[in-house]
Amino acid sequence: MARRNQRAAGIGSRAVQLGFLVALLILWYLATNRWGVNHLLLPNPIDVWHQLINVLRSGEYLPDLRVTLSELVIAFALAMTSGTIVGYFVSRTRYSIRVFEPLFAGIYSVPIILFLPLYVLFFGLGPASKIALGTTISFFPIVLSTIAGFSNVDRTLVTAARSMGASDYQLLRYVLVPAALPVILTGLRMGFTVAMLSILGSETIASLAGLGHHIVQLAENMEMARMFAYIAFVVVMVAVLNAFVSYLEARGRRWA
Amino acid sequence: MTAGDAAVRIKNVSHQFGEAGETQFVRALLDTSLDISRGELLCLIGPSGCGKSTLLNIIGGLLAPTRGAVEVAGKAVHGPTPHEIAFVFQENALFPWNTVIENVRLGMLFQGVPKSEHEPRAKKSLETVGLAEFANHYPGQLSGGMRQRAALARALSLQTGILLMDEPFGALDEQTRMILGEDLSVLLARTEKTIVFVTHSLGEAVFLADRVAVFSARPGTIKKIIHVDEPHPRRSNFVTSEKFTELRNELYALLHEEIRKTMDESPRPGNDDATVKDS
Repeated sequence: MARRNQRAAGIGSRAVQLGFLVALLILWYLATNRWGVNHLLLPNPIDVWHQLINVLRSGEYLPDLRVTLSELVIAFALAMTSGTIVGYFVSRTRYSIRVFEPLFAGIYSVPIILFLPLYVLFFGLGPASKIALGTTISFFPIVLSTIAGFSNVDRTLVTAARSMGASDYQLLRYVLVPAALPVILTGLRMGFTVAMLSILGSETIASLAGLGHHIVQLAENMEMARMFAYIAFVVVMVAVLNAFVSYLEARGRRWA
Repeated sequence: MTAGDAAVRIKNVSHQFGEAGETQFVRALLDTSLDISRGELLCLIGPSGCGKSTLLNIIGGLLAPTRGAVEVAGKAVHGPTPHEIAFVFQENALFPWNTVIENVRLGMLFQGVPKSEHEPRAKKSLETVGLAEFANHYPGQLSGGMRQRAALARALSLQTGILLMDEPFGALDEQTRMILGEDLSVLLARTEKTIVFVTHSLGEAVFLADRVAVFSARPGTIKKIIHVDEPHPRRSNFVTSEKFTELRNELYALLHEEIRKTMDESPRPGNDDATVKDS
């Protein structure tokens, strides 16, 4: 019964969300067709739609998509590996948690994107600077959640495993990792999101290729409808990737 | 009781947490000695903080005593002895990400049981506690009583001679703990395990125990041992018998005094003036 009500409420809120988006589209249409907003500032949604179809048909987005996605995958893989390993070792003693946790949390609150010029100086205008920046930015939520996950494992479970003779490896594999996993997965999802944002953002500021780069180029050429088409493309891509990562996160904590 | 009969020998065990003078300093256990014989069910009962659970953890090798020693099966205890002793904790000691049967199998994996034996032993112990149908449920899907039976099944599958139970039914309602107590008595009669059982409940202690060790207020030590001369398995009619009531009253009188002392004492741990005076 409760579940059915929950589902009904879920459908209800989905409908409101959808209605909001539709209203936004209608406003956009009216602004460009009726209220005379300059098409250089805001292109007509129908033009944008045609451009989007054209972009998808021609496949011209593929090289830039490949650049952006490979930057994202490499940056996230580096941040995930380093974040979880560093986080695990920090969480092993109270002392190192006390030292490093506030340190990482402090750096996490600094807008690291400000150091982009420095990254470009060090790593050049190509993908390397995007990967380095994306790795740095997504490292912090991952390492912080890993520390939180491992250091909050219920002591009773550890004691129980020890009393049954679990070795250090068994304790890690069968108790600590599964217990910490839900929290770590949340950190990984956050890390993925910030990696994606920082990579797309830095591509728009200083780059040679990638979706962000292409969007800025279109803006400079005043091809506003096509630029909006690309933005729509990126928004959908980001939404799909986020949904996929959230799905993985939900799967990882399905027992809870 | 001869020395050879003892499954567990506790010799002059004292334990304190922290050092004298620190705010965290607690003298939990003072010079406690006791022999637990093979196949008996011994209940430890006493006021909160009297060191019953501390003693249980020391027997199980989860805690090294500040002074004194414990022998299990004739050998001094240094660290957990998973082949001799299995634990049942108060609650939430099942791994929530594993199903009931996975929990049982994992215990055997930790203990080092050959893989081929996991499945039959897990099934058998789940049948023993009446949870065979719930083997593939997650702990979160079970009631508190069922979770504790699952924890008991995990402990039984380890086939140890000794079972240490730390208020295993403490978080359950009165009716559920009555039923589980009866089941445990039946089980005990069948398996001849040595069981040390920490409880707060007078009725539970009398119903289950062959002997009840009554602890004094902190720092705890055994004040008196009461014998309950009644064969296992015990039935519900034992609860209504004259003997049960007499023993329960005797326990009540012994405990009441000690609980008063704990209540009068400052609730803050580390108030060692008060603890020293009370000892």
